[in-house]
Amino acid sequence: MGEWVDEWSSKSQKNLWDHVPEVVQMQSEGGAAGALHGALQSGSMASSFTASQGLLLMIPNLYKIAGELHPFALHVTARALATHALSIFGDHSDVMACRQTGCAMLCSGSVQEAQDFAVITHAATLATRVPFIHFFDGFRTSHEVAKIALLSDDDLRALVDDSHVDAFRSNALSPDRPSVRGTAQNPDVFFQAREACNPFYDRVAATVQSLFDEFASRTGRSYHLFDYEGHPEAEQVIIIMGSGGETASETSAWLNAKGGKTGVLRVRLYRPLDAAALLAALPKTAKKVAVLDRTKEPGALGEPLFLDVATALFEAGRNDVALIGGRYGLGSKEFTPGMVRAVFEELKAAQPRRRFTVGINDDVTRLSLACEAEPDIEPKGTRRALFYGLGADGTVGANKNSIKIIGEGTELNAQGYFVYDSKKSGAMTISHLRFGPGAIRAPYLIDKAEFVAVHHFPFVEKMDVLGHAAPGATFLINVATPADKVWDRLPREVQERIIALKLELYAIDAYTVARAAGMGGQINTIMQTCFFALAGVLPRDEAIVAIKEAIRKTYGRKGEAVVAKNEAAVDAALAAMHRIEVPAAVTATAGRPPVVPPAAPEFVQRVTAVMLAGDGDTLPVSAFPPDGTFPVATARWEKRSIAQELPVWDPSLCIQCNKCVLVCPHSAIRAGVCPVADTQSAPESFLHTKLRSNDLPGYEYVIQVAPDDCTGCTLCYKVCPAKDKSDLSRKALMMAPADPRRDADRTAFDFFLTLPPAPAVLLQDTVKGTQFREPLFEFSGACAGCGETPYVKLLTQLYGDRLYVANATGCSSIYGGNLPTTPYTANSAGRGPAWSNSLFEDNAEYGLGMRAGVDQLAAQAWRLFDELSPVLPPALVAGLKAADQSADAGIAVARGLVVDLEAALASIEDPKAAQLAQLANYLVKKSVWIVGGDGWAYDIGFGGLDHVLASGRKINILVLDTEVYSNTGGQKSKSTPLGAVAKFSAAGKDTDKKDLALIAASYGNVYVARVAFGAKDSQTIQAFIEAEAHPGPSLIIAYSHCIAHGYSMANGLDQQKLAVETGSWPLFRHNPGRTAEGKAVTVLDSAAPKQPLSAYTRNELRFQALHRSDPERAKMLAGRAQEAVDRRFAHYQYLAGEGPAPADPKPMPAVKPTPVKPAPAQDKPTSTP
Amino acid sequence: MNLTTTYLGLKLANPLLPGASPMVDNMDTVRRLQDAGAPAFVMHSLFAEQIEGNAAAFDRHVGRWEESFAEASSMFPDTSDYALGPEEYLERLATIKRATGLPVIASLNGTKLGSWVDHARHIEQAGADALELNTYFLATQCSVTGADLETRLVEIAKAVRSAVNIPVAVKLSPFYTSVAHLAGWLEEEKIDGLVLFNRFFQPEIDLDSLEVRPHLDLSGSEDLRLRLRWLGLLRDQVSFNLSCSGGVQSADDVVKSLLAGADTVQTVAALLRRGPGELAVMLAGLRRWMEEHEYQDVHEMRGALSQRRCPDPEAYERGNYLRSLQLWRE
Repeated sequence: MGEWVDEWSSKSQKNLWDHVPEVVQMQSEGGAAGALHGALQSGSMASSFTASQGLLLMIPNLYKIAGELHPFALHVTARALATHALSIFGDHSDVMACRQTGCAMLCSGSVQEAQDFAVITHAATLATRVPFIHFFDGFRTSHEVAKIALLSDDDLRALVDDSHVDAFRSNALSPDRPSVRGTAQNPDVFFQAREACNPFYDRVAATVQSLFDEFASRTGRSYHLFDYEGHPEAEQVIIIMGSGGETASETSAWLNAKGGKTGVLRVRLYRPLDAAALLAALPKTAKKVAVLDRTKEPGALGEPLFLDVATALFEAGRNDVALIGGRYGLGSKEFTPGMVRAVFEELKAAQPRRRFTVGINDDVTRLSLACEAEPDIEPKGTRRALFYGLGADGTVGANKNSIKIIGEGTELNAQGYFVYDSKKSGAMTISHLRFGPGAIRAPYLIDKAEFVAVHHFPFVEKMDVLGHAAPGATFLINVATPADKVWDRLPREVQERIIALKLELYAIDAYTVARAAGMGGQINTIMQTCFFALAGVLPRDEAIVAIKEAIRKTYGRKGEAVVAKNEAAVDAALAAMHRIEVPAAVTATAGRPPVVPPAAPEFVQRVTAVMLAGDGDTLPVSAFPPDGTFPVATARWEKRSIAQELPVWDPSLCIQCNKCVLVCPHSAIRAGVCPVADTQSAPESFLHTKLRSNDLPGYEYVIQVAPDDCTGCTLCYKVCPAKDKSDLSRKALMMAPADPRRDADRTAFDFFLTLPPAPAVLLQDTVKGTQFREPLFEFSGACAGCGETPYVKLLTQLYGDRLYVANATGCSSIYGGNLPTTPYTANSAGRGPAWSNSLFEDNAEYGLGMRAGVDQLAAQAWRLFDELSPVLPPALVAGLKAADQSADAGIAVARGLVVDLEAALASIEDPKAAQLAQLANYLVKKSVWIVGGDGWAYDIGFGGLDHVLASGRKINILVLDTEVYSNTGGQKSKSTPLGAVAKFSAAGKDTDKKDLALIAASYGNVYVARVAFGAKDSQTIQAFIEAEAHPGPSLIIAYSHCIAHGYSMANGLDQQKLAVETGSWPLFRHNPGRTAEGKAVTVLDSAAPKQPLSAYTRNELRFQALHRSDPERAKMLAGRAQEAVDRRFAHYQYLAGEGPAPADPKPMPAVKPTPVKPAPAQDKPTSTP
Repeated sequence: MNLTTTYLGLKLANPLLPGASPMVDNMDTVRRLQDAGAPAFVMHSLFAEQIEGNAAAFDRHVGRWEESFAEASSMFPDTSDYALGPEEYLERLATIKRATGLPVIASLNGTKLGSWVDHARHIEQAGADALELNTYFLATQCSVTGADLETRLVEIAKAVRSAVNIPVAVKLSPFYTSVAHLAGWLEEEKIDGLVLFNRFFQPEIDLDSLEVRPHLDLSGSEDLRLRLRWLGLLRDQVSFNLSCSGGVQSADDVVKSLLAGADTVQTVAALLRRGPGELAVMLAGLRRWMEEHEYQDVHEMRGALSQRRCPDPEAYERGNYLRSLQLWRE
C-alpha cells in the first residue's frame, strides 16, 4: 500500500484537497510512527500502512498519538507475529497487540470492505479525534484480486467533513499561538488527566455508525458496528472478525438451507467495543455462541474477542447463553466451510468444549475440533480453476490478466488468490481463480476445481496436483511430449485419479510453441489461451479477442513486433493443444518417486517430507518441537532438480584453482581430494585427475557437481579461468543440458560424499585452501546466482564448526531458515553453525547477547578449570592453557584435550567437576557472527549495530549488502547508490549511499573491510580471516549482486568487477592491528578507477530505468554519482596514505524528485488493496 | 557565392551536414552546430534491435520477478510508464526541430520488415523531414547469396517508401557485389537518395583477455577514397541524391566529395575530434577553395570530376589498383 502511495506521489497525483502528499520513508516503523506523530502535531494530516513486527514498533507512538487525540488513520494488513518462528502470513496477533493503545479499531473482511472501510476510517478519525487502526486479513484480503465497486472522489468528498480538517489544523502546535504538549505529570494529576479523554471515546461508536449510514445512502452498501447474517431465530451463533466472517456467513446460510438454525455476528468496530450494539445484533434466540479469535494469548482465560463478548454477556445478565471460544487461522492457516461447520456442530453438542482450536489436528492438548470432509457450499455456476506454475514463469500475472478480462468484459464476478512457496529459485505458485454470476464470498482456497492446469510438468511427478480436481474436471498439462505419448508419461497415481474422476485430459508443448513464436520460454499467454479455450467461462472466440486486446494493452508500448509475437503465440496455442484419449485402465507401472530418499532421517521422513509434498496442513501438533528448535541438514534431502543445464567438468583443462567452488551460491559444486586407491571403487561417472600438490603425492583431485541441488546459475562456468588453448570457447567447466547427465552425476556425487575430508595440509587460508573445506551451508532456496550466499558459505567453511550466527530477518533468514528445509548443516563430527533469527531490528543486539552469553559460560568454565586444575592431570592443564586457539590446529588440540578433560572429570568427586563437564566445550573458542542485509545494518538496525561496534567486544558483523531491501521487493535503503531507482526512490535516489565502513572505522578499534568476492576473492578471504582474528569488533561489508539490480545473475561476477574497477565499490581493509606493526591502518585493495562509473551502471536496470522515465534527471544524477565516486575514492586513497588530503568536499545540493508524468485516472473495476 | 543545395527535397543553406552521431543528444552541441552553419541535422540511428532488446530486458529482469514471491510482488517500482519504445528518440527529434527550425533527417536501423515500417511511420509522425535507412546486412552463412541480401534490402526500402510520405534515402554499406546495380534498382523503386557509406563495428581481438570484441574507430581521410570512387562512378548513372559519409575530415575532403558527385557531405569524426565549431572552419575552407578556383555555385562543382567528366576515367576503376601498387614500389 505504501509503495502505491509513493508511486502516486512521485507521479504528482493529487489528493482530495488538490495537493500531492509527500511520502517519507523512515528507517523503521518505529521511526515512521515518530515522524507521523510529529507531522500530526504540526497540523498536517498523515497516514501510514504497516503490519506485523512493524506495527509492534509503532506501539509507543500509537499511545502518544491517541493520548493527544490526533486524528490519524493507520491501515494494517493484519499478520502474525514472530514467536517460535517467523510467519509473514495473516492473523490478528499484531493488531490485537495494539488494542490497549487507545486507537479505535475497525475491521474489514473483504476486498470491497477494505476499500469502503478505508474511507470510513479517515472520516471517523477526523470526526472523533480518536486515531483509528483499520485492519483486514494479511494476504487473504490484502492479496486477493476481486471485482469490486470503486468509490468515486465525490463519495470520498461527501464523507470527509472539511470542518473537521479545519478543527484539526487549528489545534496544531504552532509558535504563532504557542502551547506545550508532552508534559510530565506527577501522581497528583496524571490519573485525572488520563480520564479526560473519555467523552471522545464515548462518541466513537455513534459517529462510525452514522458514517456507515451515510455511506449506505450513497453506495447502497450497508454496514453496522456489528453485522448479523443468518437465521432470524438462530440457536447457534459464531462471532468473528475479518475475512473469516465471509466463510462463516456463507456456511451458515448453507447449513440453514438444510434446516439449521445458525447465524454469524461479524464485528466491524472492535475498539471502542459497543456492548449494547453487540447484544442488540445478537438474536435473542441464540443460546450457544462461539467466539472465534485469529490470535493466541497463551495463559489467558480466552482470546481477546472472546473475553470482550463474555464481559458483554455477563454484564447484560445473559446467563442463558453458553459461550465458547476458539482459535483459528493463525499464520494464514486456511479457514474453510468445513471448519465453520465443525464449530456449529460443536455448539450443538450437549457439552461443547469451552476452549478449542479449529483447522489443525492438536493431538497434544486435544483442543482441536474434528473436521469432516470439506462440503462444497459454493453457489452453482461458480467456475473454479487451479493453476500450478513455476515462479517467474508469468502464470500469476497471466491469471490476474484473465481476471481482468472476465471481470471487466463480462457481468461475471471474479476472484483470484495466489499461493507462493518460500523458495527464491524454482519456486511453485498455485493460482486459485473463481468466476461466477453471483457474489463470490469464498476467502479460502479452492477445494474442488473444474479446471486444473499444470504449467510445469515436473510438479505432476512431485505432488498430488489432482487432489483438488472435481469429478469431470478438465486437466491441462504443459509437457514436452508428443500427444500420443503423454498418457504414458503420467505417474500411476495421476492416471488413477484421471480415470476415477473421469477427467478430460488436454496437453500442449507450450515451450515449443513459445520458442516458435519467438517468445523464448515465456509460456504464460499460451497457457492462458488454452485456459480460455477449455474452461468455458467465455465463448472461445470472444475470449481470443479479449486476450489479444489485453496483449495490445500490455505490450503495445513495446512495439508491434512484441504484440505480433504474442498474438502469434495465441493463435498457435490452440493448434498445438491436444485432447488426450484416456484409456479405461491405468497403464503406468511406476508411481511418483518418494519425496525424500529412504535414507533420510526419521524427522525428515515423518515431518519434512510431508511439508515437501505440500501436505503440511495434515501434520498434527505433536509433529513439531514446542520451542521452534529444528534439526539442521535437512535441505540435502530435498532433491529439487531445477537446473536446466549443469556444469560439466573437464579434468584435463582444470587448473585446480577452486574458484568455481567459492562462487557457487548453493554449495552445489565441490572440490575434494582422495588417495588414488580410493578411486578404484568409484563409479564410472566420477571424474578425477592427479592433484597438483607437492605436499600430497598420490592424491587425486575432484570437482563434483550436485546435480539435484545445482540451480544452473552458471557462475562456476563464468568464473572458470581454465581455457582450452586451441579452442578458447572451451573451459574446464562447460554448461550442458541437465537431463541426459543427471543420473550419472547423481551417482558420482553420492560417491563424492563418501570421501574423507581433505587433509589439513591443503586447508590453507587461500581461495584454493578454503574451498577444500566442507561447506556447512548447502542447497538453500536462494535465488539462482545469489550474490549473498557465497559469503555465508565461506563463513561456514572457515568457522562453521564453532560458529554462532545471529541472523537479521531478510533474504538471509529466509533462505537460511524458511521451512520446509534447513540449509545449515553439520560436519562428520556433528559440529556446525548454531544459527538463529530473532527479529529484523534487533539483530546486532541479539548477536551481542550471544557473545556475552558464550563469554560468561566460557569464563565460568575457565574458572572451574582453574579451581579444579590441582586435581587434573598437569599435562592436560598445561596443554589446554597453552593451546593456540587462533588457528584450526590449536582448536583441534583444544578439542582433543577437552575430551581428555571430560574423561578426567568423570572420576572426580566434586560438584564442580560435574559443572565443568557440562561447560567444558566452552573452553574451545567460539566464533560469533552477526549477519544481515543492508536494510538491517544501514537502516532499521543501525542504532544497535553502532552500539555493538562501540562495545569493544570480540564480535564479528557481516553485512550482505545488496543496496536495497531485497526480501521485501527492492525498497530503497541508505545503502542504495546515488542515481539508482528503487521502490521509494522511483525517481532515482538523489543522495549518496551511506559510507558505513568509514563510520565504523571512525571508532578506531573496529576492524572494517569492504569486499566483493567476484572482484577479488583473495581479499575477501583475507578480510574474513583478519576480522575473526581481530580482538575487538569487526565489520565486513560484502557486495552482493541481486535480482533487484535488474540484470542476469549470470553476469553477477562481471558486475562485481566493474563495481570495483569503476570505484563504485572500493575494496579496503581498516585493520587497527597494523598499528602495532608500524603500518598504515587502512589498506586500499583496489586500484584507482580505470573506467567511468557508467561502464558499471549501464549494465543494470536499476540505473538505466531512470533513463527510460526521466533522461535529463538520469544524466544529472549520473554526473553527480561519478563525482561522489571520485571523491570517495580520493578519500580512501588519502586514508591509505596513497593520496593527498581531500579538499573541502563540494556541497551536494539536494534534488527534488522530478514528477515523472501525471498518471491516468484510476478507472479499473478490479483492485487489490 | 551560392552554397545552397537541395537534398532529399530539402532546401539546404549549404551541402555540409553534421552526420549521424550522438552529437544530437546534447542540445548545447546542437546549438553550436547550428551557429557553425549546419544546414540540417542527421540524427543518429534509431536502432530497433536496441529498443526491442530494452523491452525484452525489462521483461526478463523486471517482469520475470513479478508475482513470484509471497513477500515481494515485484522487485522494481512500477515501470508501466517507462519509455521502452522509440519515445526518447522521437522526442529528441521534435526538440531539435523546434529549437533550431532546421530540417531534421532521421535515421533508422530496423530488424524485421514490420519493425522498419512501424518505426518509419513513428518517425514521420514525429516530424522528421526525411529519413535515412541505415542498412547493414551481412551474409554470414554459406546459404545466403548476395542477391538474397540485395532483395531483402530493396524489399525493406520499398515497404518504407510506400509507408511514408517524406523523402527516403538508403545508407549503404560498401560490401555489395554490385553497388551500382543496387543503386539503380533503389532509384527505380523511387528511393530519393543514397548515402555512401555507413561504418559498423568490426571484431577486434584482445590479446590479454583472449576475447573478441566489437570495435569502431573514428574515421580518417583514408576512408574517403572508397566513397570518392563510388560517388564518381554512380554520379553519371543515377540522378537521385548522393551523400558522402565517412572520412570527411577537412574542407578539402568536402571539396573532393562534391567534385566526385555528392549533393551533400556528412562529417562526424572531425566534429567529434575538434568540436562543433569545426563545421564553420570547413565551410570557410570550402568558400575559400571556391573563391580561389572561381566557382560561384556548388552546383557547378557537383560531379565535375565524376568518372565521365574527369580527365582520366580509368582512375575510378580497377586498374588504378595496379598503378598505385607500382607507385608504392617506386
